[in-house]
Amino acid sequence: MIEVQQLTKRYGPTLAVDGLSFTVEPGRVTGFLGPNGAGKSTTMRTMIGLDRPTSGRVLIDGGPYARLRHPLRQVGALLEAGALHGGRTARAHLLGLARSNRIPVRRVDEVLDVVGLTGVADRRTQGFSLGMTQRLGVASALLGDPPVLLMDEPVNGLDPEGILWIRGLMKRLAAEGRTVFVSSHLMSEMALTAEHLIVIGRGRLLADTSVEQFVARNSRAYVLVRSPEPERMRAVLAEAGVHTDDGPDGTLEAVGASTETVGGLAARHGVTVYEISPRTASLEDAFMQLTATAADHRADQGADEGVRRP
Amino acid sequence: MTDTRAAVAFEWTKIRSVRSSLWSLALCLLTSVLIALLFGWVLRGAYDDMSPQSKAEFDPVGSGFNGLRLGMISLVVFGVLAVTGEYSSGTVHSSLAAVPRRGVLYAAKVLTGTAIAFVTSVVVVFVTFFAAQTAIGDAHNAALTDDGVARSVIGSILYMTLLCAFSMGLATVLRNPALTLGILVPLFFMVSEVLNNLPGVKKVAQFLPDAAGGVIMRREPQEHMVLTAWSGMAVLGVWVALALLGGYLALTRRDA
Repeated sequence: MIEVQQLTKRYGPTLAVDGLSFTVEPGRVTGFLGPNGAGKSTTMRTMIGLDRPTSGRVLIDGGPYARLRHPLRQVGALLEAGALHGGRTARAHLLGLARSNRIPVRRVDEVLDVVGLTGVADRRTQGFSLGMTQRLGVASALLGDPPVLLMDEPVNGLDPEGILWIRGLMKRLAAEGRTVFVSSHLMSEMALTAEHLIVIGRGRLLADTSVEQFVARNSRAYVLVRSPEPERMRAVLAEAGVHTDDGPDGTLEAVGASTETVGGLAARHGVTVYEISPRTASLEDAFMQLTATAADHRADQGADEGVRRP
Repeated sequence: MTDTRAAVAFEWTKIRSVRSSLWSLALCLLTSVLIALLFGWVLRGAYDDMSPQSKAEFDPVGSGFNGLRLGMISLVVFGVLAVTGEYSSGTVHSSLAAVPRRGVLYAAKVLTGTAIAFVTSVVVVFVTFFAAQTAIGDAHNAALTDDGVARSVIGSILYMTLLCAFSMGLATVLRNPALTLGILVPLFFMVSEVLNNLPGVKKVAQFLPDAAGGVIMRREPQEHMVLTAWSGMAVLGVWVALALLGGYLALTRRDA
């Protein structure tokens, strides 16, 4: 379990993380979402003590990371997979990490096998592709067989096959009862892997919700209505108890009504319509809306029930 | 609480697994010995033509150790790269994740690097000494048992080891290999040499780390020197302590 308590991190005049609090539970994949620059990486860096919080703290299984005697056996982190000494082989890189935490040396070959790098284990990492580098990063995270895993944008640079592999891996690790905390700036990616979501924007918590709930609340279905007489159409729909929002280019979005209902009402009242079509707002749109709102209005907007006010 | 021995094993594995470490240490031995042989051979031929005063002042030990000064550059490079390699590659993040107690990580790194520098220095100094004395020839060379020779030999080993430790401390403060070497190499091998030959600043310049520690390499302290062999070594010790303290403060206070 990871507990983030009132975490604040300031770099000079910039407030990267602002009073962030949440808990990451074991046994499920928790997605950590936010646009670029929202403070995801900073939060993850403070989790393993690379950055010192300006205030607040992070507890790993009840204690600070720096207190762990053999931290790699407790927490596996994939933060900057590209941070490798180009002159060192993949095996030597892992061997050093294993020695530092008294992890049995045979684990090195085991994790190399898990990530599919056995064939290049004795090659210097300077020739590695982005995907191989990412796999080596995953291998380092798995080395200590830790109950807690932190992964910052793990699908970056992976090919489609690699992406599928890492999704499966994360789910498998969570199913084994581990705490899996994965950041991404792509909602669609998280919808596929995560069960729970922590959404942040500008360093503040925007949502702490299950993916199911987030989808139910935010994937809004509506009927798009294009008409030369939008105001009459709106009145007709309102009379029938159908709420409308303004869509792009003077269109209307009828929420909670079927195309049949909308078409019937238009015919009955003689309103000209050019288009009536069912639409579903994508999760990506919902996510964008949530974070955009946060960016514009911060504390005073965009609160569903699943969305906590910061 | 913290597993310091495992942290040392970590540093050892890291240093051993990059080629530049081995190359710089090998180069240290090679340059020291080659220059010692060259100097010794030249001196053997030139001795008879020297003035009586030069003959009286002839210091086979100090002359034989001239090569060490150049070899030391490689040892300094070794120390600097062992530290800055972590920053330029970014592996300092995985190192800190593995050993989150920064004081422990730092101590392990400095201890491991210094121990390697010490062992290297022992080999380099002895091999250089015997190579130089062999080249100078039986007529005018020094033996280990001669007065003051053991002190020079032991002192030179200490001198090289401490300079490497000093470099590691400074490298931790500066983090950048080009910047660190850009300061250390001219300082150690040019600036202090120049300053030590300028009458006005001679007295002050001998307190620079390499000049102070280098006094011990000569059999007899030169006339203009304020520092003696061991007081010079103590001055170098203070420099090393300051550099290591600076490195410690930089590492523990800054975000990685």
